[in-house]
Amino acid sequence: MYLTREEEALLDGEKGPTLQKAMELLTALGDIYGADSLVPIKSAQIAGVSYKTIGDAGLEWISDLKGKVVVPSILNPAGMDLERWREMGVNEDFAAKQTKIIEAYQRLGIRCECTCTPYHIDASLASFGDHLAWSESSAVSYANSVIGARTNREGGPSALAAALIGKTANYGYHLDENRVPVITVQVDCPLSGADYGALGYLVGAQVGSDVPMFKLQSRPTSIELKALGAAMAASGAVALYHVKGVTPESGLHEFPKETITIDRSQLDEVFGKDCKQTPDLAAVGCPHYSQEELEAAAELLDGMKVEKEVWIYTSRQVRDAAPDVVRRIEASGAKVFVDTCMVVSPATDRFGCVLTDSGKALKYIPGMCGVGAGLASIRDCLKGSDTD
Amino acid sequence: MTALKGVILIRTLKGRPISRGCGQGEALVTNESISFLGSVDPTTGIVVEEKHELKGQCVSGKVLVFPAGKGSTVGSYVMYQLKKNGTAPAAVINRSAEPIVVVGAIISGIPMVDSTEPDAINTIKTGDNVRVDGTRGVVDIL
Repeated sequence: MYLTREEEALLDGEKGPTLQKAMELLTALGDIYGADSLVPIKSAQIAGVSYKTIGDAGLEWISDLKGKVVVPSILNPAGMDLERWREMGVNEDFAAKQTKIIEAYQRLGIRCECTCTPYHIDASLASFGDHLAWSESSAVSYANSVIGARTNREGGPSALAAALIGKTANYGYHLDENRVPVITVQVDCPLSGADYGALGYLVGAQVGSDVPMFKLQSRPTSIELKALGAAMAASGAVALYHVKGVTPESGLHEFPKETITIDRSQLDEVFGKDCKQTPDLAAVGCPHYSQEELEAAAELLDGMKVEKEVWIYTSRQVRDAAPDVVRRIEASGAKVFVDTCMVVSPATDRFGCVLTDSGKALKYIPGMCGVGAGLASIRDCLKGSDTD
Repeated sequence: MTALKGVILIRTLKGRPISRGCGQGEALVTNESISFLGSVDPTTGIVVEEKHELKGQCVSGKVLVFPAGKGSTVGSYVMYQLKKNGTAPAAVINRSAEPIVVVGAIISGIPMVDSTEPDAINTIKTGDNVRVDGTRGVVDIL
């Protein structure tokens, strides 16, 4: 891999051991994947935040690091709402460890906004054509596909290394030739809402890490695309997809010959994967809800009393921008939690079965929380009894 | 390389430098991939994965030779814990490096080489005294 004189100096340790290690990481990964050089990045989004996922091993590493990031950098969700963790049923020990992780990241100059949807809180982090080092798989998918920015599915340490150097290795989805669709997905029915999560759940498992191009009857909103991409990145490893006539790079490409077809009955089967017992938690907001999704939930909950636990996940910024909406939601007995989600928080583990509107959560909850999961429309997730 | 009378034969394998530094120790060789999370106890360095060829063996101070990493990306952090606990391998040689072990070796300062010619797994025997130069990508069987 070609390195500038300045990059060589960093690799030789002239600016200290932290940057030397960061350069070593970027160049080693670049060599493995055949990168020709490093490319400057606009922002970094760093996974490896929840104490539930990285444990003491990760905490130790992050605590030892010294340095400052040189591009805007933001964190993935943590294992708890950093303020309301007691209400979630998270224990003291977990909370103490989680707080240490956040503080360690903060010392590196990283914005401790813990969200999988950085694009909902700061549009300047990613624009069309920008190179990024993002690691949350649904955010990677959204950035590549819906925004038209360029990022690989970075691991936590490599995203952090990129944040410290301000560059990442130029391979994979940074290059035009890897952004070309290789398989067509034809959907033979109209879609709305949670259908997109079900579609992503099916397609991800079939296409793996390939780039699909969708032929749809409906025109998805950016929120529906978020759900589609998140599910495909969970059931498969899809980092980029195109929807003809909708996503920004779809016009550059023809439909590939190889085609898979999805019909209504296949989607209904995903919804049919019900819990073995009556759901005792409805958890929505995976990926984190935008302001408009939060408002839609409030509308459904107005004048209702929920009959089971209902937890809605969003980012701290989106919540703080809509205090009235949050009040309306919480008047129903539902709760709005921030900084975390149903997958990476231990709070989910004590339930028997979780109902969700997210194809991604449907995929991850059984394995990561040891809890059953069922997919339903947002209306069914939030169903309660009328108080009028 | 030719063996001469009275001269100790050193066999040299040339590979790709992955993680800088030099490490030397007794080789521990396996044909099975290793997941550091859940498979290696970070306190003792002992392989605890049921059914793994190396189950019960200690990786500490060894030159660990295996095809590649597998499993959770948290494995990178477990390698770091091994290093801090003084239970890490002296060096790592992989047939074909993948990101979990690469990231783990680099953040922990464990020398690492991959893609050696000839193939390390077929050439190095468990118990051989091996020196790994991760900066130049050279492995010597002493």
